[in-house]
Amino acid sequence: MRHLIFHPCGNFNESYEQELNIFETDFGRVSLWVGLFFVFIIIPLLFKTISAINSPYFFYVLNMTGIAAIAVVGLNLLMGFTGQISLGHGAFFGVGAYSAAILATKVNFPFWISIPAAGVLTAFVGMIFGIPSGRLKHLYLTIATLAGQFIIEYVLIHWESLTQGTMGIILPTATIFGLKLDSDMSFYLVIYFCLAVLTWMAVNIVRTRYGRAFIAIRDNDRAAEGMGIPLFAYKLLSFSISSFYAGIAGGLWAYYMISITPEPFNLFLSIEYIAMVIIGGLGNVAGSIYGAVFITLLIEALRWGTETMMNIGSLSGIAITIAPLREFFFGLAIVLFILFEPKGLAEVWRIVRSNFRLWPFSY
Amino acid sequence: MEFFFQLLITGIAIGFLYALSALGFVMIFKSSSVLNFAHGELLAIGAFIFLVLVSWAQLPIPIAFLVTLIGTFALGFVIERLFLRPLIGEALIEVIMLTVGLAAMFKGLMLFIWGGNLYTYPEFLPKGLSFTIGGITIPPVYTAAIIIGLIFLVLFGLFFKYSSQGIYMRSVADNQPAALSLGVHVRRVFALSWAIAALVAGMSGIVLGIINGISVHELSAIGLKVFPVVILGGLDSIGGAIIGGIIIGLVETFVSGYISPSIADIISYIILVFILMVKPYGLFGLAEIERV
Repeated sequence: MRHLIFHPCGNFNESYEQELNIFETDFGRVSLWVGLFFVFIIIPLLFKTISAINSPYFFYVLNMTGIAAIAVVGLNLLMGFTGQISLGHGAFFGVGAYSAAILATKVNFPFWISIPAAGVLTAFVGMIFGIPSGRLKHLYLTIATLAGQFIIEYVLIHWESLTQGTMGIILPTATIFGLKLDSDMSFYLVIYFCLAVLTWMAVNIVRTRYGRAFIAIRDNDRAAEGMGIPLFAYKLLSFSISSFYAGIAGGLWAYYMISITPEPFNLFLSIEYIAMVIIGGLGNVAGSIYGAVFITLLIEALRWGTETMMNIGSLSGIAITIAPLREFFFGLAIVLFILFEPKGLAEVWRIVRSNFRLWPFSY
Repeated sequence: MEFFFQLLITGIAIGFLYALSALGFVMIFKSSSVLNFAHGELLAIGAFIFLVLVSWAQLPIPIAFLVTLIGTFALGFVIERLFLRPLIGEALIEVIMLTVGLAAMFKGLMLFIWGGNLYTYPEFLPKGLSFTIGGITIPPVYTAAIIIGLIFLVLFGLFFKYSSQGIYMRSVADNQPAALSLGVHVRRVFALSWAIAALVAGMSGIVLGIINGISVHELSAIGLKVFPVVILGGLDSIGGAIIGGIIIGLVETFVSGYISPSIADIISYIILVFILMVKPYGLFGLAEIERV
């Protein structure tokens, strides 16, 4: 048996294969299993046994985090690895939600088909809005995706025969292999299972030739083209993969929410996702999950803060006016991270880790 | 036919407003190649400062106007100093995201202070500005918009063409290292262009506020309308911004008049996508030539 690596004091890679290892140390591998064990066994058990925390609210927060994490992992593939900024991911998320809803109500697709189908449909839509990337670079492309956001929003509201406009669609209860997904717990397991699988996929996409081509395009698109990477095809591929993730997340969201309307899929949602990517760490798959957790917890903390102030009678006046500060804190978080830690929480976590590892000689 | 002319005039006036709003945006892009997503919020800040001075502090209009201009000028300076300067030389994605973050910050702060309500200025435009041509009445605000727009466009044209600061700005936009080596104070140029852009934005915010009323959501949405305008005209062309603004204004009014008002909201974005696909550098923009 080979030696387990826990605390290397340097980079001892001897081949390129080693550099492609997912885990730098076996510590990472162990902590992954511990994390999975925690998410899939400990947390459900805790919720089953301790009734004090077994409230729909806790599950709601957990599930929202999971759904956001799925979308953000996808967006990170596009922004962090391929270097294309998309301001339209809120709308792509909406396309996913509506595809799942329409497939479930009009075509009667079961849950386990309509979710991937929603992902594929969203991937197509994402590809359409990725077409401008063939001619446009960075800032022009950002503007094109912004236009995409508004156009999709408009279509969702006004294509009434299909989306029922502002009336919204009510979805049937999801069933998977005959089991009804009608409790928060079952949704929790499904969402986190999807998150685990999709994260695993993302990590591995990055290691394949496609992922390396994405990184080459991000770092220098001219050089990448010179090395024989067809830019347009790969950018489109990146757009569609990332929209696929958004579509899956949207589909899960639609089933979880039961009824959907076009309002939530606005520009603010896109900015929320971008904030998650940046705060988590551009170009770091695990970072996307940190970012999703951080922002969701931030939102919930702000909501909790305003609600407790509402309950204290004398402060309730302040609490009502504080509500829009949510957007302010969002912006503040983005700005502070860009100014002080542009690589995001993933980098903070790496520094903390290496501090432990190199102790007492850390810098 | 009367309807047509009414729409034509409204369209041109709205187009001038768009052009005016786009001016500050183009200024920032021209000197520092920063795509400012917080432009709508700058418009709103100017409009609200003026509102506070006029309706709550009860200052006379000209003084309030001057104070607003000074205030927005200073604000632009501060924004550049605090947020943009540390990012000089950083990747584009970070600069764009920073302005997105700034936009969210400003918007949240303004919603916190003023809420999402619609405010209006007290009536102060002279009635003499209202014209009647062939049975069509032009309200005074539209005349004011066109006049203010024209004044500023001429001023900017002259500023960029003849003043030394304007020439510095153009040189920085054209080739930053060359400008540096010729002794242009690049950082000061950036600071100045942000300050002037914020000033122009504040002023267009006031004009927009006179016409549509002042609300955070409305004004920041107009900040996003600037994108079709500048893309159509070419991101770095002031003349293009004017023509782009007028075209977008006309198209929007005609579509909302003859087809449907709801589609008018997004027609400019549809044009935007089309332009980006066909002629990404706009009608008058400079095509970027990349050398490896």
